[in-house]
Amino acid sequence: MDFGPYLLLASLEGAVLASVLALMASGLSLVFGVMRVVNVAHGEFYMLGAVLAWWVASLAGGSVVLGFVLALVLAPLIVGAIAATADIVVLRRLSYDPERTIVATIGLLYIIQQLTLMSYGPEARPVVAPFNTRLAIPWFEFADGGLRMYWPWGLSTTSYKLFVIFAAVAVLLGIRVMMTRSRAGLLMRATQQDREIAQAFGIPVERVYAVVFGIGAGLAALAGVLIVPIQQAHYLMGLDALLLSFIVVIIGGLGSLAGTVIAAVLIGMSEGIISVFFSPTLAKIIATLLVAFVLVFRPQGLMGKRVR
Amino acid sequence: MLRVEGIDAGYGRAQILRGVSLEAPAGRITCLMGRNGAGKTTTMKAIMGFLPLRAGRITLDGEDLGHLPPHEVPRRGIGYVPQGRRLFAELTVAQNLEIGMMTRRSPPEVLERVLSLFPRLRERMDQRAETLSGGEQQMLAMARALCLRPRLLLLDEPTEGLQPSMIALIRQVVERMRDEGVAILLVEQRIDAVLSIADQVVFMENGRVVDGAAGEALRADPGPLHRYLGV
Repeated sequence: MDFGPYLLLASLEGAVLASVLALMASGLSLVFGVMRVVNVAHGEFYMLGAVLAWWVASLAGGSVVLGFVLALVLAPLIVGAIAATADIVVLRRLSYDPERTIVATIGLLYIIQQLTLMSYGPEARPVVAPFNTRLAIPWFEFADGGLRMYWPWGLSTTSYKLFVIFAAVAVLLGIRVMMTRSRAGLLMRATQQDREIAQAFGIPVERVYAVVFGIGAGLAALAGVLIVPIQQAHYLMGLDALLLSFIVVIIGGLGSLAGTVIAAVLIGMSEGIISVFFSPTLAKIIATLLVAFVLVFRPQGLMGKRVR
Repeated sequence: MLRVEGIDAGYGRAQILRGVSLEAPAGRITCLMGRNGAGKTTTMKAIMGFLPLRAGRITLDGEDLGHLPPHEVPRRGIGYVPQGRRLFAELTVAQNLEIGMMTRRSPPEVLERVLSLFPRLRERMDQRAETLSGGEQQMLAMARALCLRPRLLLLDEPTEGLQPSMIALIRQVVERMRDEGVAILLVEQRIDAVLSIADQVVFMENGRVVDGAAGEALRADPGPLHRYLGV
């Protein structure tokens, strides 16, 4: 097989990673943008999504498709409700003080992680994809003086991976429409820009915060549900995902959804491609190095605004 | 009528207001005057419910405001035009007004009426607030507050840094609101502006109300103005 097919394969893997990352990181970015809260527990919401997906799928028993669809709907709702409760019970009482909320979300991280370990256990468990047809991909080569199509051995993807990419794109578009077109989005953006004045115009800021924290966590959970047929559910899976999300959000510009998506594609694709051709460790090194450069040369991130 | 009775308030542990009492009757313009740091803006913030009251009571037409959550205060009919305008900078003019309209679910004709007071905004509806000129931003801040059909209007230095034509327009609108029976509490630094518009003046110093005077009396003898503003 030539270089081309390999590159295509690596890009597809990268695109799947990028989609999941974009979903998760946009949740982190939304929470930071509106609430100015750095949510260290975000990775645990992702893990909870994956674990709940396994749980729902195994409760649904026989029907794989039904179980998966239920998980896709229920897991983000449950996780969103847990997060909104955590916001009301913990973060609201800290008056959203930046330093104290970091410490509080670290605490939340360990509580969720250890509770999962105690109930779900240390095993990694798979969820069967609802559909997983192997799709062979054709490639072209020059032979006998003309272009010829052929099917290289091993060059394939699955229908599920394509579904993940499309689902992520659809959800991200939905979030964008919600933020720019809906009444709820208007309230969130007004709160983001001036919390005090938002209150002076009757916006129940605390309720907006609880909803935003819930939506942010719900996005992470959705990412977790989507990934679990590809990567198994494990109680420690949140840490790596959290790290990558932070990398994406810092590069994209904290609080900028567009920047987050661009950075997720950048990091996801390079991670996919570099992991295939070199090693996953090198991919991590390069991503971290990129963050260092962004912080030095463009601290507000690619699309972020300078703090006024 | 707004009645503030002996309130203590401040930021964190720092107490700013000490026993502040004042009244702003409907259909009258009450000016709040004093040097920088006297507690004028803090008084407005306390009325809006941003700062917890440590003592005292705030009532509007007899209803207690002091114990409402902050977002419920404006829903009682209080429009706030803060110092420095503080628009929702990245939202459009239309969206800024929409937020004012949502506060008390004003019917659509309110927006029409507000835009007829500030026709310039109508041409700028889809522009982001941060791209407006200073005068237009002040119009928008006023318009946003008027969209909630206020019974009480709090204006914190609404003419600061504006050109004379714009000051005249803002003043016209304030007088019109007064004539419609809105209670107006105005923080203003310019003596000539106060003299020409105020029905009554309250002087503040170091977080206390130290004196009060009717507008008529000050026009006859502006002595107290100079005493409390030190000019």
